[in-house]
Amino acid sequence: MRAFVPNYQLTTPPSLADALALLNREPGVWKPFAGGTDLMVLLEAGKLPHLNYINIWGLQELRGIDVTDSHITLGALTTYTDVQSHPVLQSEFPMLCQAASETGGLAIQNRGTLGGNIVNASPAADSPPALLAYDAEIELISTDGSRWLAYNRFHTGYKQMLIGPNELLSRVRMPRNTRGAGHYYRKVGTRKAQAISKVCLAALAKLDDDQISDIRIALGSVAPIVVRCVQTEDALRGQTPDAGTINSACARLSQEISPIDDIRSTADYRLQVARNLLTDFLLTLRA
Amino acid sequence: MTAHPIGKPVPRKEGRKKVTGQALYVDDLSFPDMLHGATVRSPAARGKITNISFDGDIPWDEFVIVTAKDIPGANYVALILNDQPYLADGFVNHPEEPVLLLAHKDKYLVEEARRNVRIEIEELPAVFSLADSLAKKEIIWGEDNVFKKFLVDKGNVDDAWASADLIIEGEYETGAQEQLYIENNGAIAIANPTEGVTVWGSMQCPYYVHKALVKLFGLPDEKIRIIQTETGGGFGGKEEYPSLIAGHAALLAWKSGKPVKIIYDRAEDMVATTKRHPSRTRHKTAVTKDGKLLAAEIDFVIDGGAYCTLSPVVLSRGTIHAAGPYVCPNVRIHSRAVATNVPPHGAFRGFGAPQSIFALERHMDKVAHAVGLTPEEFRRHNFIHEGETTATSQLIREPVDMDGLLTRALQLSDYHAKRERFARENEASNGGFSKKRGIGFATFMHGAGFTGSGEVYLQSVVSAEATAEGKVRILAASTEIGQGTNTIFTQIASEALGLDFESIEIVQPDTGRVPNSGPTVASRTSMVVGKLVESAVLGLKQTLVGSGLLPPEYNEPDFKKACAEYIAKFGSLKTSSTYQPPPNVHWDDEKYQGDAYGAYAWAVYVAEVSFDELTYEARVEDFVAMQEVGRVLNPVLAAGQIEGGVAQAIGFTLFENVVWKDGRMANNQMTNYIIPTPADIPPIRVFFEENPYAYGPGGAKGIGELPMDGAAPAILNAIENATGISFNQIPLMPEGLMKGMVG
Amino acid sequence: MLITFNVNNESRTVDVFPMARLLDVLREQLHLTGTKEGCGEGECGACTVVLDGRIVNSCLVPVAQVDGSEITTIEGVAHQDQLHAVQQAFIDHGGAQCGICTPGMVLAAVDLLNRNPEPSEAEIRNGLAGNLCRCTGYMKIFESVVRAYQK
Repeated sequence: MRAFVPNYQLTTPPSLADALALLNREPGVWKPFAGGTDLMVLLEAGKLPHLNYINIWGLQELRGIDVTDSHITLGALTTYTDVQSHPVLQSEFPMLCQAASETGGLAIQNRGTLGGNIVNASPAADSPPALLAYDAEIELISTDGSRWLAYNRFHTGYKQMLIGPNELLSRVRMPRNTRGAGHYYRKVGTRKAQAISKVCLAALAKLDDDQISDIRIALGSVAPIVVRCVQTEDALRGQTPDAGTINSACARLSQEISPIDDIRSTADYRLQVARNLLTDFLLTLRA
Repeated sequence: MTAHPIGKPVPRKEGRKKVTGQALYVDDLSFPDMLHGATVRSPAARGKITNISFDGDIPWDEFVIVTAKDIPGANYVALILNDQPYLADGFVNHPEEPVLLLAHKDKYLVEEARRNVRIEIEELPAVFSLADSLAKKEIIWGEDNVFKKFLVDKGNVDDAWASADLIIEGEYETGAQEQLYIENNGAIAIANPTEGVTVWGSMQCPYYVHKALVKLFGLPDEKIRIIQTETGGGFGGKEEYPSLIAGHAALLAWKSGKPVKIIYDRAEDMVATTKRHPSRTRHKTAVTKDGKLLAAEIDFVIDGGAYCTLSPVVLSRGTIHAAGPYVCPNVRIHSRAVATNVPPHGAFRGFGAPQSIFALERHMDKVAHAVGLTPEEFRRHNFIHEGETTATSQLIREPVDMDGLLTRALQLSDYHAKRERFARENEASNGGFSKKRGIGFATFMHGAGFTGSGEVYLQSVVSAEATAEGKVRILAASTEIGQGTNTIFTQIASEALGLDFESIEIVQPDTGRVPNSGPTVASRTSMVVGKLVESAVLGLKQTLVGSGLLPPEYNEPDFKKACAEYIAKFGSLKTSSTYQPPPNVHWDDEKYQGDAYGAYAWAVYVAEVSFDELTYEARVEDFVAMQEVGRVLNPVLAAGQIEGGVAQAIGFTLFENVVWKDGRMANNQMTNYIIPTPADIPPIRVFFEENPYAYGPGGAKGIGELPMDGAAPAILNAIENATGISFNQIPLMPEGLMKGMVG
Repeated sequence: MLITFNVNNESRTVDVFPMARLLDVLREQLHLTGTKEGCGEGECGACTVVLDGRIVNSCLVPVAQVDGSEITTIEGVAHQDQLHAVQQAFIDHGGAQCGICTPGMVLAAVDLLNRNPEPSEAEIRNGLAGNLCRCTGYMKIFESVVRAYQK
């Protein structure tokens, strides 16, 4: 345990309103603390420079999954366990359920939250590619009110995101427009369970006769942020997934992503496997 | 009460404590006024310490600070060459080398303080690879960077090349591997000049720690007392390393006058403690066109890290195992252990043999292919039998049936049918990414006990004492580290005396109480020390029968009554048994020839793998481990050893990669140093054959390290079968597999 | 600050730093040393406890978050002298070797069987995927779980 624990504050506001008031009163001083599965790892390694946290774990307003005809909306404190057990997520957003099932082990899934995962902003996170592929939007609230933002615009650079110092991520919603689509989620990690991803593809497409429509391709671990590969999508939209299309899509993908060498893997491996995943996805559309 | 418990799945003796959380490991202990200790380590790989400053807003006057100057005795860890200092004195030779020690009552403050000690080093050029060390890019140890070398020379290798039909060469490499016991290293010490030094700790060898602290403090034997606490895994990682951490805790306790506890966190344990020696093996093999081995020249090199520690012994075992269970009239093995500027490498299950056996069993498949034989045919042409001699000219004096083991292992793994089926299925293509499959095996042996005259040198002693209530206590320094020492010793004693399990007590290893039965290493605990347990308890029986208090045929109540009477009459009842070597074991340390080990266990391991063309991941799908082990003392414990060893070996082969950066392990977190989870392990199917070894208790041979040897080559042989590509380095990660596949 | 919570059906109050790990509070202040630290990163599961009905890694839970919670540690699994079927199975079938991963492994197995009384092998592997063992190779842990529910 490397951190000097006495220096840290973790205060528990009695309500969401109190939490927002505190964030507003001292912007930048306080950060929200949800399940702790990322922050506590940093704390224990002595790599958590920020000292003052607001415990939001008990705020019921940030929990719950709400279903309407058009959308499904998840509270920011929705855990990976919550995700996996929801019937609408299972049937219409299976990639998110799969991502949740592959995040750590059960003990992590019981505490890790979608909101925490999003604002931790690791490019290797498992759920964000699925959220991108499902055109997720996120709600940011503060004492000034609330705003919805396309998740695709949230991350602007490595660990940089469009959230103000007095704002809190409160909800994530996805449009229920996935019926009839082929979903493809595959995380390639260092082992079968409890693995950080080396490459992660979340892709979805519908076919109009034999032409690709509504194509969405999201990747993790191949850039400083999780990315929707819009150029590759453009190259595929309206095309038949034949060998020629697959080749050009892979070529476009190679230009659109920028994997690196790091402690877990190599740029070459990530690039090649990303191409293979895209190919495999497109082949499943053919079948 | 289990009559004749030998061979039965008797439940683990200390099992209840372990499943209820009541077993006490070193970090579970606490003493009044105890301080927490921390080790401040070198930031650089090699150089001169020019300055140490104590920065930050830390109340330094509250701290106990220990440097090399505070050492009462000698500043080296007594082991083989005694070149490793407890604390660096002016110079450092590897990253994370201990430089000074801190202690304070507040465990959080100690960490904050550690962060605020700055050690400045004027760096010297460092050597980080085995190849650079051999090339003498820089001389960093001794005259030539070589800790130790051996030469085994049988027959006349040089003459054989001329008459060979074929000569096949190969080079094979293995990487470092972290033991990753789930309990980190830890020690608690109480020390002062009047009473001496007592240390509690997680360890395999209390008497190694004892020997080291005697020198560190310059105190007589009886003033140093070492007590093993419940130990959460060792695998060799707690063979010699505990001497260092125990000494550190004791130095802080000595200076402060208070108990001091040092517990490493995972990051420190991984970055600073020993790992398996990396290796490079070069084979040159002469065969006839019928596939008979004529000559084998083997160059075996291991990377020992910055200090000698146990490298000579690791080198020894790797050398002796390098030529395998084959008959070959001409063998030359030339081996060296070299220095590099990384934390010293040390003992890890297998101890040199997994490295040299990996190379050999990969090479044997290569030779088979060159001669146009199957891997199976080639082995069968060359297996050693009773009456033939090994590479060290050891005559095999027991019936060895490698052919039979191979036949059964191949049957149990459905090898032939699968080989044929995979060949067909791998050809078929569905246009997309498929999974290729392959199956491969390794045949090997592992010598149990210390090499050559090692056991004689150890002079192991076990004592047994009876209590007035008729309980029998076993006093041995052999530690329970999960492998089942307590249970096996209890079974042996219970069987020998015809007493109930509950009547046997195993005394917690404490150098103040138990004699030195040698270290808990080298697969010797059941085979060598177990035999001493048997003779020690039989000594109790003989004494009682000899005294007339116990009839030769007796039951448990008779025994209890006899103990009570004997102790009332004579005060105590205690016997000791000292190691006697089996007859006809001759070993020449100079020529490195003769009877290297008293007993070998013999094995064939078969691995079935799949290779995913999309992700380039290889996965073991099924594993058969077949071995002849003398006698199975406890089937659950024995299978547990094989399963655990195979799992570690699968990790060694496909998952566990130490990433080095300037001599330091960069991935020193469990997140990034990958061992298999429950989702990654294939079914491991274990089979035993028995061929009793006359000098082992119940006929048992040692088996603890055997399972580490065979998986890596079997898996890579299977991967070659699946992909057609020959890989010769481990760990073999998907990135490496991809390079081999796509170039 | 003062935090009050239930551990093994007993109410406890501790005076702690809010960011202190639940693992350390259990071990050092409540002297419940059955829960172990193996990695401090939420990878090995040796620190597993049950928190408000779900297994969590106690090395990743700041104690301030358990005010008012219900916690079960390994010390709370057996009922006085009566071992849980999982514990007995681990003793009888080789599920425990060195024992350091055992408390976490037992809690994860008990949690699994509570949610899924007759899990398949794949479900056992998945249910225990967050608990690392270096000694056993997992085979006898799986077998112990199967034997426990067969009882």
